[in-house]
Amino acid sequence: MTGEDPWARLARLTPARIGLGRAGAGLPTREVLAFGLAHAQARDAVHTPMDAEEVAKGIAALGFDTSVLASAAPDRATYLRRPDLGRTLGEESRDALAAVPSEPVDLAIVVGDGLSARAVHEGAAGFLTAFKPHIEKAGWSLAPVVVATQARVALGDGVGAALKARAVIMLIGERPGLSSPDSLGIYLTLDPRIGRTDADRNCISNVRPAGLSHDLAAFKLDWLLREAFVRGISGVNLKDGSGPALAAQPGQAALIDAATADTAQA
Amino acid sequence: MPYRHVVGPKTHVFADLATLMAKATPVRSGDRLAGIAAETAEEGMAARWALADVTLSEILAKPLIPYEDDDVTRLILDTHDAEAFAEIAHLTVGDFREFLIKASPETLTRIAPGITPEIAAAVSKIMRNQDLILVARKCRVVTKFRNTIGLPGRLSVRLQPNHPTDDAAGITAAIVDGLSYGCGDAVIGLNPASDSISTLSGLLHLFDDLIQRLAIPTQGCILTHVTTTIDAMNRGLPVDLVFQSIAGTQAANASFGVTLPILKEAHEAALALKRGTVGDNCMYFETGQGSALSANAHHGIDQQTLEARAYAVARPFRPLLVNTVVGFIGPEYLYDGKEIIRAGLEDHFCGKLMGLPLGCDVCYTNHAEADQNDMDTLLTLLGAAGCTFVMGIPGADDVMLNYQSTSFHDSLYIREVLGLKRAPEFEAWLEQIGLTDAEGTLLPEGPSARLIAAAPGLAA
Repeated sequence: MTGEDPWARLARLTPARIGLGRAGAGLPTREVLAFGLAHAQARDAVHTPMDAEEVAKGIAALGFDTSVLASAAPDRATYLRRPDLGRTLGEESRDALAAVPSEPVDLAIVVGDGLSARAVHEGAAGFLTAFKPHIEKAGWSLAPVVVATQARVALGDGVGAALKARAVIMLIGERPGLSSPDSLGIYLTLDPRIGRTDADRNCISNVRPAGLSHDLAAFKLDWLLREAFVRGISGVNLKDGSGPALAAQPGQAALIDAATADTAQA
Repeated sequence: MPYRHVVGPKTHVFADLATLMAKATPVRSGDRLAGIAAETAEEGMAARWALADVTLSEILAKPLIPYEDDDVTRLILDTHDAEAFAEIAHLTVGDFREFLIKASPETLTRIAPGITPEIAAAVSKIMRNQDLILVARKCRVVTKFRNTIGLPGRLSVRLQPNHPTDDAAGITAAIVDGLSYGCGDAVIGLNPASDSISTLSGLLHLFDDLIQRLAIPTQGCILTHVTTTIDAMNRGLPVDLVFQSIAGTQAANASFGVTLPILKEAHEAALALKRGTVGDNCMYFETGQGSALSANAHHGIDQQTLEARAYAVARPFRPLLVNTVVGFIGPEYLYDGKEIIRAGLEDHFCGKLMGLPLGCDVCYTNHAEADQNDMDTLLTLLGAAGCTFVMGIPGADDVMLNYQSTSFHDSLYIREVLGLKRAPEFEAWLEQIGLTDAEGTLLPEGPSARLIAAAPGLAA
């Protein structure tokens, strides 16, 4: 029973902040400052504006056509108070989208800042790099990738409908947790149109370096999309059954699904 | 008939009681989002002046949501205690505020069954924060299961050991950590990541085993949907408390998948288990302003009044604990620290006035304009107001639900500053195991090694 502090051992059992020690009735100074730093990073993730042009350039470099649009929320303060505006395209963007000549396509992909531009800056191009081979293998036709500022998840519904897509994929920065300022959420909605609800969507959550990897997220999305197209449904009636398919993939069985039940939706 | 108030050359007109109540509410983003908030600061004050002149009997006679349309309205009116109400029926809202400030604890206990949520909400709208604290502090609400919660001069803590994947060892480690700070007398309550019955079964056994092995005078709760808990009870699993999130309209409750008959069924099943040792309060409810609007089920009523109506849903079930999770819902409902603090005090006041054991999850999300300093302020105010319980979360950081609340350390802070004790049975247990002295203060070298050794699955 000598040697290691038992709390150090216990602390490895959970990401929760246990075994912090105390200074009387207070926290040790190092813990007060560590918490403050984590909160500062989460706040910065919420309030740092997305550099939409730069994000679009990165995606274009992967060989995708891109288009930059904006929701009807003019700024961050309005965006936070008015989720309805974040779900609607601004007037200029609506006109710009209407002017895009489009044949019906299989997929529309929308990249939105949501509640963490950092998640998009650091993760969107990486995820699309991982997902591109799946698109090519399946032969899905694709509309230009839309990069949208001040966006909520449901913004994708109107975009997907305007682009005549069979399904819309929304990549969006999730509400940052104290230790997850960089988490990307991926939402799949079949037959997108205005008025779709959360019950109509499937979500792959917690896509970030310390969570679900880009490769695994791309694999799950591929599985969900194929099922959605075959069965004609998405949302609560389409359960993620990619586990067995994944286990059958040589070399992938060891991957652990780090996605949690929490979706922290933007 | 519309309500009016004249300010100088301008007559402010409010079409009906719902409009008047909404415009009289201190401004918050959720009412703005719903399009029912006062347009100007003057209009808000004019509404408060007009509301102050409305009698309590008029509020009772004018249900904000029709009796025929909503089972919460029916519950409020069908169970209303006319005898308790008789003492205050003639008062205006303005008079009632003064009555409450002057009332004794005995008077407040006597009139509680006569107070409808709309009456509690109406008077709270013309009260300052200090009024909300002063009156709530005088309300006596005591509940019991395996210990006694809500006695004057005491504050209990829910130990919340959440884990992103429900890992048993990780959860146990967080529980032992919390116990070593003297937390957990309200409940050891986990929000599970999974809602599968097999996960639930394992967690219920884990909690039951831990509480029995360490002989802790407290109760456990896995906060899953009430129908899942009914299933668990039918399977003979060890359920202490039944949990459910509730709201103030029938339609909002329906969006949670819950009805009054389902709650009744769950309550009766939990009572039949007779697992309480000192009492039989066996329900744990959570609420929060904005839930009805979020479910598009608000009937044009302001979110604070609807929150008080949720307490009316809780009241017939004699809950052990009711928790307003005040800042969890996000800035579109409560924008910043100021709005969260005000809402926390209102909720606590309204619940206590209606005779419920109100606790508060003093909390915020990272997209709200709030931080831990705002939580310190609200915690201190609620401690002064005699709040029944608050949360204890490791380092105030919930790694499963991704929000920040109050920590084990925060409970030590508020106890030291305000001299607040734990539930008496729990306090005695802490002293007995050598964690605290006779005053309830943590000893420098607590028995954490022994707690670790005794907890299932943590031995090295």
